[in-house]
Amino acid sequence: MSQITPDVIAQHGIKPDEYKLILEIMGREPNLTELGIFSVMWSEHCSYKSSKKWLKTLPTKAPWVICGPGENAGIIDIGDGDAVVFKMESHNHPSFIEPYQGAATGVGGILRDVFTMGARPIANMNALRFGDPSHPKTRHLVAGVVAGIGGYGNCVGVPTVGGETNFHSSYNGNILVNAMTVGLARKDNIFYSAAAGIGNPVVYFGSKTGRDGIHGATMASAEFDEKSEEKRPTVQVGDPFTEKLLIEACLELMATDVIVAIQDMGAAGLTSSSFEMASKGGLGVELDLDAVPMREQGMSAYEIMLSESQERMLMILKPGKEDVAKAIMDKWELDFAVIGTLTDTGRMVLKRHGEIVADLPIDPLAQASPEYDRPWVSPAKQPVVDAKTIEAVCPVEALKTMLACPDLASKRWIYQQYDHMVMGDTVQRPGGDAAVVRIHGSNKAVAITTDCTPRYCQADPHEGGRQAVAEAYRNLSATGAVPLAVTDNLNFGNPEKPEIMGQIVEAIKGMGEACRDLDFPVVSGNVSLYNETQGTAIQPTPAIGAVGLLDDVSKHMTVAFKKTGSNIVLLGETKGWLGASLYLREICGREEGAPPPVALHRERRKGELVRQLIHDGQVLACHDVSDGGLLVAVAEMSMASASRIGAALEAPSTLPLHAWCFGEDQGRYVLEVSDDELVAVLEAAKEREVGARVIGKTGGHVISVGGRAVAVDELKAANEGWLPAFMGAEMSGH
Amino acid sequence: MKAAVIVFPGSNCDRDVAVALEASLGAKPYMVWHRDTELPAVDLIVVPGGFSYGDYLRCGAMAAHSPIMREVKARADQGARVLGICNGFQIITEAGLLPGVLMRNAQLKFICKDVYLRVENDRTDFCRYYRSGDVVRYPIAHAEGNYFVEPHTFREMEDNGQIAFRYCDKNGRVAPEFNPNGSLGNVAGVYNSKFNVLGLMPHPERLAEDLLGGSDGKLMFDSLVEALS
Repeated sequence: MSQITPDVIAQHGIKPDEYKLILEIMGREPNLTELGIFSVMWSEHCSYKSSKKWLKTLPTKAPWVICGPGENAGIIDIGDGDAVVFKMESHNHPSFIEPYQGAATGVGGILRDVFTMGARPIANMNALRFGDPSHPKTRHLVAGVVAGIGGYGNCVGVPTVGGETNFHSSYNGNILVNAMTVGLARKDNIFYSAAAGIGNPVVYFGSKTGRDGIHGATMASAEFDEKSEEKRPTVQVGDPFTEKLLIEACLELMATDVIVAIQDMGAAGLTSSSFEMASKGGLGVELDLDAVPMREQGMSAYEIMLSESQERMLMILKPGKEDVAKAIMDKWELDFAVIGTLTDTGRMVLKRHGEIVADLPIDPLAQASPEYDRPWVSPAKQPVVDAKTIEAVCPVEALKTMLACPDLASKRWIYQQYDHMVMGDTVQRPGGDAAVVRIHGSNKAVAITTDCTPRYCQADPHEGGRQAVAEAYRNLSATGAVPLAVTDNLNFGNPEKPEIMGQIVEAIKGMGEACRDLDFPVVSGNVSLYNETQGTAIQPTPAIGAVGLLDDVSKHMTVAFKKTGSNIVLLGETKGWLGASLYLREICGREEGAPPPVALHRERRKGELVRQLIHDGQVLACHDVSDGGLLVAVAEMSMASASRIGAALEAPSTLPLHAWCFGEDQGRYVLEVSDDELVAVLEAAKEREVGARVIGKTGGHVISVGGRAVAVDELKAANEGWLPAFMGAEMSGH
Repeated sequence: MKAAVIVFPGSNCDRDVAVALEASLGAKPYMVWHRDTELPAVDLIVVPGGFSYGDYLRCGAMAAHSPIMREVKARADQGARVLGICNGFQIITEAGLLPGVLMRNAQLKFICKDVYLRVENDRTDFCRYYRSGDVVRYPIAHAEGNYFVEPHTFREMEDNGQIAFRYCDKNGRVAPEFNPNGSLGNVAGVYNSKFNVLGLMPHPERLAEDLLGGSDGKLMFDSLVEALS
């Protein structure tokens, strides 16, 4: 009697036509272990089968790109022999089911992707999306996710320097936890995953293998239903202490010359790591599963191959170097075992208790996984909203309300739970436009940001994709850093629905346009689909993580107003675009309209201008204008200043006041400029054909506009108050 | 002055404190692995922050039994200066170099931010560049900094001048609302009775350079260099 019934096939998430392909590849019926391996390798999570066709259209090259997508992480050259290694990755499904462990292991996984390549992790970021604050699960999820990220990152001693957090009802049943790690390597000491050398030993090290996380990758490739919480056993458990040892042991080992190839065991564990390494090297591999260090007794080949136990690595050693590697693992008290050898067969042969338990061809699994050209339809364009038809509310009252809304409220409650200073190089802490982290022992620094505006992507995924990239570009530029490259974390609903597939296609097209026009290539990324619960999809959320370079860290720029009596200069055009704006949503209760368009050709000129002005010391503060518009940007500059320097603004009479204050026109920056520099700054803007005008002066401790004023302290209290009050309610409720 | 930094599995501020020491001292400290049983001839031993052994047991409890800690205790008895920062404070307290215990923060969360501290005793090798009553800004980053000791011991410590720092506001006012973790008497750091051992939760090494936001912490390392050179 065959074990492989249609039910078993369906439980493994394999479609009937995919099973036909399996039969062709195998030339026989697979056994359960083999079927399990196909199932994880061909899951959406591991194979990118729905998105591959479109991901290929993204620009990935630039002279400074050392390694683009396809490896564990992307790598860029930052000069002086230094390379920056980075990637962002989702851990959405596990974090919803078990928020602490789900988020913690998300951090652990992305750290491993980076140090696997020979880089010491120097910064973590995270982009989080939660459901409506009034949803009964939201507090619990926020508390768990934040504690999990902190619990892991703090222990491994890598600073968590920034990120973003949104709340929206579309995430009620599918939160997003996207974690990013940035690492630093030497250009001449980078490690890749392609296996080489027939007969070379295949070595396992790190933690032992247990039964946790089996079928995590398959779970991440299906919609949630009411039974999803029964999947708790498929969530892995993290051990950050072991990860810390693993970082130190790996870097110590990498300083010797014994490693041929190395890869972490992430999603689909030993299966995907061994298949990918062998496939990239065009080789075969034979594994003796009895040699795998195990935490539990009686584990089957199926369980060993599909376990997603954390903090494990696989590497190919040079022949005869086992002792060197073992001595280092012994020092760090990590498990170490030679579990197999490379062969020339192109097949994966697994043995358990002396018998062959699986025998699969490697390339068809790893490379010939199904690739779908799924049907898609572009979403209908939303009408442009005329600001004159939108209710005008007293601007300072609206400002106060908006600064206390969940998306704009200070995220201090979150980032204070993250150690953001360990390693002693955090020059700009969380709360600014981008984090700035010095390259240790040098005068250089990287700026790091994560960005996406899901409400724009919902209204128009194409424009939203462009905007996410452009905003990342601005946030880096606003610190003075030259934007270099991005990593993307594409979070969407079920790609089998044409309207969702349309969001994916359009967002990728938009991102691609922006990345091309801004010379801002995509070097790594991750796709998370099926973010739907009972048929309701999340807002499309193509999160962008981006890295830029400051040649001279002492010139980094911050958002805080520095002096009284400075000029407040607005760069860029203001038309008062209120469609899909926060004002419309938070003040008028309307989620509608086309989002503001991004003019990419001007974007680049403006970025160059801003960086030039910062480099030449002509500005005192700089902040990009994003969520909430101009008045919010100015208020954030006041609230960030140590002495709460206010601002007196002069609104033009050509626009409705609320549209000028809260319109979200793209491509704008607010600068603080002293009287001495003003003429030169305006002249420089004119030379680059960038609109620039003085809109007010700094001074006092209030923000005034249109004859109304509000104290900066009052705004600060509203801005700082929301999240602790919201989370505090959790404490008293239990 | 010669200095050593002890490195446990899970230490993660060892490099940070070495950088700060080197900036004040002009020479690199020795980095000593926890399994070593001997220390080089040094005037100052630093037990750095981190999560030794993951802090899966009580914080610092495992590290306190590492082989090197016998040697650290012996050196402390002979008068060497010992500085325990954050997890290092927990470790040397667990090892019996200081009285008291460090419990879970009162609000139960890890907290990372700058705090103001009032210098309580400037007549020590650690604080000679400060004046008693000075207000300094150091960062904290811990989940278990809630210092407690028996009340009668605490009174003795206060009478002896063994309180090193107390949490306060920027004007030096000590009050419960400025206490980030619920510690007894707003205590942030304490000395032993011979004043050669200091343990504190805040991190002087993290604000020892203006580029990082301030340099109040540098004065502690400068003080030690001045006292021990």
